Amino acid sequence: MSMETLFFLEVTLAGLGSGALLSLTALAFVLIYKATKIINLAVSELLMMGAYFFLAFAAGMGMSAWLAIPLAVAGGGLIGAVVERGIIRRMLGESPISVFMVTVGLGSVLIGLVELVWGADPRTIPDFIGRAPVFLGEAYVSRKIFVAFLVSGAVIAVFLLLFRFWRGGVALRATATDQAAAYSCGINVPGVFSLAWIIGCATAAGAGVLLGSIGGLSPTMGAFGLSALVVVIVGGLDSPFGALVGGLFIGLVEAYAGTYLGGEYKLVATFSILVLMLVIRPYGLFGTREIERL
Amino acid sequence: MLIATAKESYRADQALLTNRAQWVWLGLLIAGLVLVPFGANAYWTYLACLVLINVASATGLNILTGYTGLVSLGHGAFMALGAYTVAILEQRLGTPFLLNILAGGAVAAAIGMIVGIPSLRVKGLYLAIATIGASIILQFVFLNWTSVTGGSRGINVAPATFFGTEMARPSELYWVIMPITVLMVLGAANLFRTRIGRAFIAIRDRDISAEVLGIPLLRYKLLSFAVSSFYAGVAGGMWAYMFRSVGPESFTLLTSIFFLAAIIVGGMGSILGAILGAIFMTMVPELLRFAVAFVAPFIDNAATLLAPVRTMVFGLLIILFLVFEPQGIAEIIRRIRRSWHLWPFRK
Repeated sequence: MSMETLFFLEVTLAGLGSGALLSLTALAFVLIYKATKIINLAVSELLMMGAYFFLAFAAGMGMSAWLAIPLAVAGGGLIGAVVERGIIRRMLGESPISVFMVTVGLGSVLIGLVELVWGADPRTIPDFIGRAPVFLGEAYVSRKIFVAFLVSGAVIAVFLLLFRFWRGGVALRATATDQAAAYSCGINVPGVFSLAWIIGCATAAGAGVLLGSIGGLSPTMGAFGLSALVVVIVGGLDSPFGALVGGLFIGLVEAYAGTYLGGEYKLVATFSILVLMLVIRPYGLFGTREIERL
Repeated sequence: MLIATAKESYRADQALLTNRAQWVWLGLLIAGLVLVPFGANAYWTYLACLVLINVASATGLNILTGYTGLVSLGHGAFMALGAYTVAILEQRLGTPFLLNILAGGAVAAAIGMIVGIPSLRVKGLYLAIATIGASIILQFVFLNWTSVTGGSRGINVAPATFFGTEMARPSELYWVIMPITVLMVLGAANLFRTRIGRAFIAIRDRDISAEVLGIPLLRYKLLSFAVSSFYAGVAGGMWAYMFRSVGPESFTLLTSIFFLAAIIVGGMGSILGAILGAIFMTMVPELLRFAVAFVAPFIDNAATLLAPVRTMVFGLLIILFLVFEPQGIAEIIRRIRRSWHLWPFRK
């Protein structure tokens, strides 16, 4: 294998790795959107909160990583539950843009909170993955990205199975299809809303721990969530499968753009795709096309 | 109690000011605006200028989001376009400042129309996300088109000169910023008495119905984007003369969120709302600074608290207003006026 193809392969693998992480974050968007028709921009900040929770448990209290990870994920879920019951439930029936802005405000509050407690400087979290590089054939992959890929893949697979076979997953899909019909079938729709927020935010927190272990923590790490926003638009806002495909696609685009054009082209490449996608196919690759009636 | 409010002509019905009390308020406002630079010290004059710039920009966003119903998170990028245009014209050509500011508005309007193209296909949240995309692309251009924009270092702006006198300090610039802002707000208020403004409102209320009624959506949506970006561009131009340096960090996504928050807090689809919202959102961080200075003797490192507390309060204000007062400050004012008018009867 020549050096160029090997290099290309390594870039591809790195892109797929960060793409899997993007998919996982996008899944948090999709879960919440599917159930409640709300784009939760605070997912970015929940990512950050998850990572900082892990920092607090693992570095601050000296817990082992295997205890700190579930606690950080649960912390994200708790925020989701509190926000859903405390704020979002009150906003039922308001225009989607109002609820969207509430999540923007929530993100701002969380950033302020993190800066208040942990300060604005970047931090690193205790290493729990290890550093030894992984070789697939001849190609080198960073161990952290490799692990992130495996974990994200496993979690997404579990989610896809849950949507298919678990009662709660079916209830969520029913609610997404038709709220009133779901109600009349005896599905606890408000319960589904809470569940979607809790699981969505917990997923985001988990993705945040992985992201933080790769790139370190800072109050601005939520910017990663913006790329995930592109993923959900490309994949379709209400399609978990779309999140998977879109995440891998955007991960690859970012990796290629970052390597062959230069790091500053990463964001602009993905957001050009976003704008193009919105003009050509606003409901995404796998999303449901909404038909508007008068 | 206010009585005899029946109107006898359309003209009277459409008038901006309908009773004497409003004329009195307007007179007081104008007197206040004229007196600010005489009564206030340099710091408060600076704040007044900042508030006025934000009022102009928020009014522009209100035309687009509040009246036409097209949510934009690209307003900061349009301001940046105006600011960069002014900076480049001032640096390269040295043209008169009024012309520069107008050119800033025109450039922003032209690009704004391009950014508005997705609005024909998508609306609501999708449009908001499309405008985020557009503003990130613009940000990229500002940062990397180094030969024109100066890259990450930005451009320094020479002070505006008026017949040879330099206007570098806020107390002098105030006489540029105040009249322009007043003109723009007046323009916006009058816009909604015209055919175009009413078409905007019809599109907001239901765009498909508006199209059925014979309003060309393409033309009016792009027009709304153009007008709104023009406002942002002019505001950005004034900003450039005030802060005298424009860089890619001057206007970020947070700026766009700030203005959207300002019109939400003030009251969407209300001229007064945008004004009040801009004043409120600009002044709250300043008041927080006084609050932090007040508690500084009692808490260690109080100064480091300021930035995070500002961020939190900013978010909290958005949440609290949307949950408890979705119509914004304008609705509070309306409620007070109503109870005043109906006095001595309740409600």
